Amino acid sequence: MNRALRLIRRRLIASIPVLAIVVLGTFFLLEAAPGDAVDAYAASLGGDAGLNADLRAQWGLDQSIWARLGAYLYALAHLDLGRSVIFSRPNLEVILERLPNTLLLMGSATALSFGLGSLLGIWAGAKPGSLRDRVLSVGSLALYAVPGFWLGLVLIVIFSVQLRWLPLSGIETIASGKQGLARAGDIAVHLILPVGALGLIYLALYLRMMRAGMTEAWRTDYVLAGRARGIPRQRIVLRHVARNALTPLVTMLGVQSAAMLGGSVVIESVFSIPGLGRLAQEAVAGRDTPLLLGIILISAVVVILINLIVDLAYALLDPRVGASEGQS
Amino acid sequence: MPPLSLNRRSFLAGTSFLLASTAMPTISFAQEAKQGGRLIVAADSEPRNLNPAIVASNGVFFIASKVIEPLAEASFEGRDGLAPRLATSWEGSDDGLSVTFKLREGVKWHDGLPFTSADVAFSALQVWKPLQNLGRTIFKDLESVETPDATTAILKFAKPTPFQLIRNALPVVSSVVPKHIYETGDIANNPANVQLIGTGPFKFAEYKPGEYYRLARNDDYWGENAPHLDEIIYRVLPDRGAAASALEAEEIQLAAFSMVPLADLDRISKVEGIEVISKGYEALTYQLVVEINHRRKELADVKVRQAIAHAIDRDFVVKTIFLGYAEAATGPVPKNDPQFYTADVPTYAFDVAKANALLDEAGYAKGADGTRFSLKLLPAPYFNETRQFGDYLRQALAAVGIKAELVNNDAAAHQKAVYTDHAFDLAIAPPVFRGDPAISTTILVQSGIPDGVPFSNQGGYKNAELDALIDKAASELDEAKRTALYKDFQKLVATDLPLINVAEWGFITVSRSSVKNVSNNPRWAVSNWADTWVEA
Repeated sequence: MNRALRLIRRRLIASIPVLAIVVLGTFFLLEAAPGDAVDAYAASLGGDAGLNADLRAQWGLDQSIWARLGAYLYALAHLDLGRSVIFSRPNLEVILERLPNTLLLMGSATALSFGLGSLLGIWAGAKPGSLRDRVLSVGSLALYAVPGFWLGLVLIVIFSVQLRWLPLSGIETIASGKQGLARAGDIAVHLILPVGALGLIYLALYLRMMRAGMTEAWRTDYVLAGRARGIPRQRIVLRHVARNALTPLVTMLGVQSAAMLGGSVVIESVFSIPGLGRLAQEAVAGRDTPLLLGIILISAVVVILINLIVDLAYALLDPRVGASEGQS
Repeated sequence: MPPLSLNRRSFLAGTSFLLASTAMPTISFAQEAKQGGRLIVAADSEPRNLNPAIVASNGVFFIASKVIEPLAEASFEGRDGLAPRLATSWEGSDDGLSVTFKLREGVKWHDGLPFTSADVAFSALQVWKPLQNLGRTIFKDLESVETPDATTAILKFAKPTPFQLIRNALPVVSSVVPKHIYETGDIANNPANVQLIGTGPFKFAEYKPGEYYRLARNDDYWGENAPHLDEIIYRVLPDRGAAASALEAEEIQLAAFSMVPLADLDRISKVEGIEVISKGYEALTYQLVVEINHRRKELADVKVRQAIAHAIDRDFVVKTIFLGYAEAATGPVPKNDPQFYTADVPTYAFDVAKANALLDEAGYAKGADGTRFSLKLLPAPYFNETRQFGDYLRQALAAVGIKAELVNNDAAAHQKAVYTDHAFDLAIAPPVFRGDPAISTTILVQSGIPDGVPFSNQGGYKNAELDALIDKAASELDEAKRTALYKDFQKLVATDLPLINVAEWGFITVSRSSVKNVSNNPRWAVSNWADTWVEA
């Protein structure tokens, strides 16, 4: 336990410079993009020069870049994420409204791709080179190569438009007044297609990794020894080969959490789910620097936390990891 | 026989409505309106400020016009193209210094308080004139509003202001907001800018960001037997393909503003129970315009501009880019405008040989590689069609030896590049004609406009004759003379080509046939939908 605490402490300290780089990088990147929030807004309504000047003053855009950065950092140090320009509401409120949807989508999709991917990987890796191994490898790679929005649209056309089995968009039935379990069920039904689209794409990653790990494990001495002792094949596959191939997959989970966040931008747009990804896209289009900074910061925190959990799990799964970390 | 005459008018009104109307059973016109029900429509944006008195834009009106009403609305049948709303009559004085509105009696705000002339006076002086994107120009000379009694409001102007302009602008600029809600605190940050309070047929009920807006029936509405619907829900669908699938899956019943892309219309019109309607946008015609930076010496030569006009095949643009849902343009006023349009202007037929000859004449001979000179071309990103026209124009220019480099930006970057930095040679813009050239059309060619004004002349064009004409028309009180001046204006623009008008289009509404009374006024999508109903 002591080891875990040390790991957490070290990770949290290391994350501070990461967050600082993320904040400054985003700020200057968006600053370098041509046009500001008023330009983006003016595109939707027209108006005159006086109106633009008034809006710039109102939104604090008439200040210099350093003054704005200073003001943002000062507020941030007081744990204040500022106000969104495009929604004219506090950023934290806007983000927290959407974060659960994205976490739900990401979490379910990760569970699907990790669970199904590693299961299929075990199945394929139990007999490397077999027909089912080849079919699965090619099939999963084909899915991986498919663009997310296309897969989403195809699923919509088949299951929502043609068969009408599943709702086509949104996170729940609009203005349905459903509560409790009925609402949870409603949300689950709405999530089937987006989670399927997002999860199937990343399935290949886990499948391939599992299979590769297993193929390698088959060649190790302990597997040979196990077989020599006459341990049943199924037991070797599950207890020895698969288990040893599983550890790198856990690392992958942490790495992939950031990629999932990226993939959810597309899926959230296609399925009209009000999540962080879509919000980030709107923030960029509207040049809403404070909102985008808030989204990136909170996403960075989420990714750092997921990786911390993954590391802790890893340390528990494989005692060697914690030991080497402790020495360094 | 009323059903027949209705059918005939639809026939004349729009070519593709023709297709839809013949497919429609005639019996639907004779049906009794059904009370109640919910209408779900697609929305593609969530405006930060929903108050139409401050933000007079179609994105805002689409939702807010059901809650907050203007003094008068556009109409196919009414006198001067108007139908009364909060005002029952309007009259301008001969000296152009005042406009008198008689207001509707017995109208209540959604919070139960009575609507009076004080609300109109407050809206005009505190909101339209100082804060509204269009009102800042139209009401710039508004000095005071007299309210002799609760149902009379007299707008007083410091300088003569044409009554024709005020009248034409009414549907867009005259949304009335409640004084008692807005008189305390900062108007721009009032919570009622999102939680709207108005007099309209629907009350603002609920907003779930990223998901939907819900409007609920106003039981105390002043209109007789209106509204019919219990609820209108605006479903936020940011993805362009989503609206079409949602219509097919019957998750929504209507998508306005061409939210179903033109390329999908042919397919979706064949789906049973779905209508494609091109009517109902006559008072908000969009124009496809090539903006020209006259600071470039080549483009400062009118022969070069004429050559570019001749190089564009307007028929091709209408048929291939707009798939027939547009008209070729002749000048800065669209053909469907009933008051100002004139066809008596110089036109530029598609003629590559002539374009080449004009360019040779201007002294820009083709180089060894067949190129005369190079240009930077910036298509506005707001519509598929503006971007596609950018691709087309590049090829059309190449055919006459002008090499155009396409620069594609997002909305904010495009605004800054064209309207503030002037970092373009040619740009493609979709300005809106709003029923009177003085509202948003003359600024496209007028000189002396400060940098940074969106959808205005930022190409450095300066023509003293045209400026004088625009100024004269802006203060001409006689309607016939004013109209004549704007006909001269069209002629001069088409002659000197400060910009090139290519095509004009209205949007397309796609709706389930169960939705009735769709597109029955020239601003239908942004009108109050009090008479809209849904078949059981």
